[in-house]
Amino acid sequence: MTIFGDVTQRLAGNTYVVDEQSHIEVNQEIARKTGTGKLLVRVCPAHVYSENEDGTIGVLFAACLECGTCRALASPDALTWHYPNGGFGIAFREG
Amino acid sequence: MPEEALEVDADVIVIGGGVAGTVCAHQLAQAGKQVILIERGGQPGAKNLSGGIFYCRVMEQVFPDFVGEAPVERRITRNVLSFLNPTSHFNVDYWDQRLADPVNAVTVLRAKLDAWLAEQCEDAGVMVMPGIRVDSLLFENGQVVGVKAGEDELHAHVVVAADGVNSFIAQQAGIRAKEPAQNLAVGVKSVIGLPEKVIEDRFNVTGNDGVAYALVGDCTKTAAGGGFLYTNKESISVGVVLRLDDLEAKGLTSSEVHDHFLGHPAIAPLLRDGELLEYGCHLTIENGPAMAAHDLARPGLLIIGDAAGFTLNTGLTIRGMDLAAGSGIAAAKTIIKAFERGSYGQQDMDDYKKQLGATFVGADMKTYAKAPNFLEVPRMYQDYGLLLTDIFHDIYSCDTTPRKHIAATAAGAFKRSKVKLLTALGDMLKAARAL
Ligand SMILES: Cc1cc2nc3c(=O)[nH]c(=O)nc-3n(C[C@H](O)[C@H](O)[C@H](O)COP(=O)(O)OP(=O)(O)OC[C@H]3O[C@@H](n4cnc5c(N)ncnc54)[C@H](O)[C@@H]3O)c2cc1C
Ligand code: SF4
Repeated sequence: MTIFGDVTQRLAGNTYVVDEQSHIEVNQEIARKTGTGKLLVRVCPAHVYSENEDGTIGVLFAACLECGTCRALASPDALTWHYPNGGFGIAFREG
Repeated sequence: MPEEALEVDADVIVIGGGVAGTVCAHQLAQAGKQVILIERGGQPGAKNLSGGIFYCRVMEQVFPDFVGEAPVERRITRNVLSFLNPTSHFNVDYWDQRLADPVNAVTVLRAKLDAWLAEQCEDAGVMVMPGIRVDSLLFENGQVVGVKAGEDELHAHVVVAADGVNSFIAQQAGIRAKEPAQNLAVGVKSVIGLPEKVIEDRFNVTGNDGVAYALVGDCTKTAAGGGFLYTNKESISVGVVLRLDDLEAKGLTSSEVHDHFLGHPAIAPLLRDGELLEYGCHLTIENGPAMAAHDLARPGLLIIGDAAGFTLNTGLTIRGMDLAAGSGIAAAKTIIKAFERGSYGQQDMDDYKKQLGATFVGADMKTYAKAPNFLEVPRMYQDYGLLLTDIFHDIYSCDTTPRKHIAATAAGAFKRSKVKLLTALGDMLKAARAL
């Protein structure tokens, strides 16, 4: 049972200050070889990552909640992840 | 001493405006130090999320009427430990008015609390700089002498890293390496709005009182971790905490586990007719004692709060905010002493360990060193809940078969369960030693 909408609808209720510049970069080749790509799709609570038909990983960086889960689980060099520039990104109103 | 010659912008720079950073900055400002507090969020608290139970006695050392003045939600007088199964649950429901006097724990929402803490810092003279991300530390002759943010450099005698669980600063300082996944967990949380009156009626609380649920078992689809549900004034904080190695190993999708928990027949009625106010997630620390075993200082640098690894997850309670505050106080004491000497080298900074040891932070990190290993026991996440409800099912379901004494009922339930009696006794002993 899904309550309170799907993840996209839920994120729409959050407040974000979206930067033009992405703070996330996937190395497609390493991500595919190591299986990190599929793993990121599963573990990210904000559904930032998606698998494209050609097997590459799409990154919707604007949805990121900045938890760091992807960074902690990614194989070495598969992912470049840092915090967004100061003032940008998620702005929790509750926390 | 080279640092005497240094041109500084402030005595101390604190990186991160969470509980650890604000408490430390406030203590330093009150002691007359010039402090800059740098926070990457547009407003302090904007990046921060916790489950929300603050064991807040430590805050009296900083703000004498913390509970009266800070934006806290409810005073926790009822604690429910719940073993959740697919079609049943077993709750230990503990209510005690003594927990309200003096107030032992409150629910908080960090976006509100941290903003208030930063205001208190400003009132005490701290220069709060939000919306700025520190990119790196500045070193001179092996000593930390400031920070770099974009093109800007700021210098100070001491830098305090209070930048949370993902601490890039501690990694840059060579204090922390990449954390093993079993030391970390991700919390996925929703805040569900409900009218005050509904919360009071539904959770059987009155006035400012509130309840905290800690749940294990079917909330996480048997992954190591647990669920939580806390009452705020006009909302519920509810979600799951999933240990990263197990989340990966069990092939689970974090958002699905969150949805499964909120939709569970035992949980959904508690959230009925609520409105989703916010969906968020944050990393937390599963094995604080292992994480905090590294160095905590470099010349001119101290690390505090989650950045240092100060969180204790015992299954029954997650404690990080009180330890963040405690370590912030210990760091401030260390720094004030260093200023008296006018030197900020490794030896001066190492006094922090002693300061920590003299507080509950150091003591509790030792006491609970075995808790993470105990929580490795997979039976915790599945078998015990089923066993308990099996026993009680036999007691309460008075069908027409002949009744048995409780001892025989329990023996029967054990026989059906995957858990052997000796294993259970062993686990109980382990729990008694670890928790
Ligand atoms: C799901 C969940 C449930 C929890 N439940 C509880 C609970 O019930 N009770 C409890 O006591 N604890 C709980 N915790 C743990 C608690 O949230 C943390 O221990 C606590 O927040 C740590 O405080 P901190 O100040 O050290 O770090 P944080 O609160 O993480 O603050 C770090 C700050 O540093 C800032 N920052 C980071 N990097 C930079 C940079 N480069 N430049 C500038 N600023 C930066 C961040 O924006 C942030 O404001 C929970 C955690 C989670 C995730
Ligand atoms: S930091 Fe968290 S929310 Fe952001 S992409 Fe990584 S896993 Fe998703």
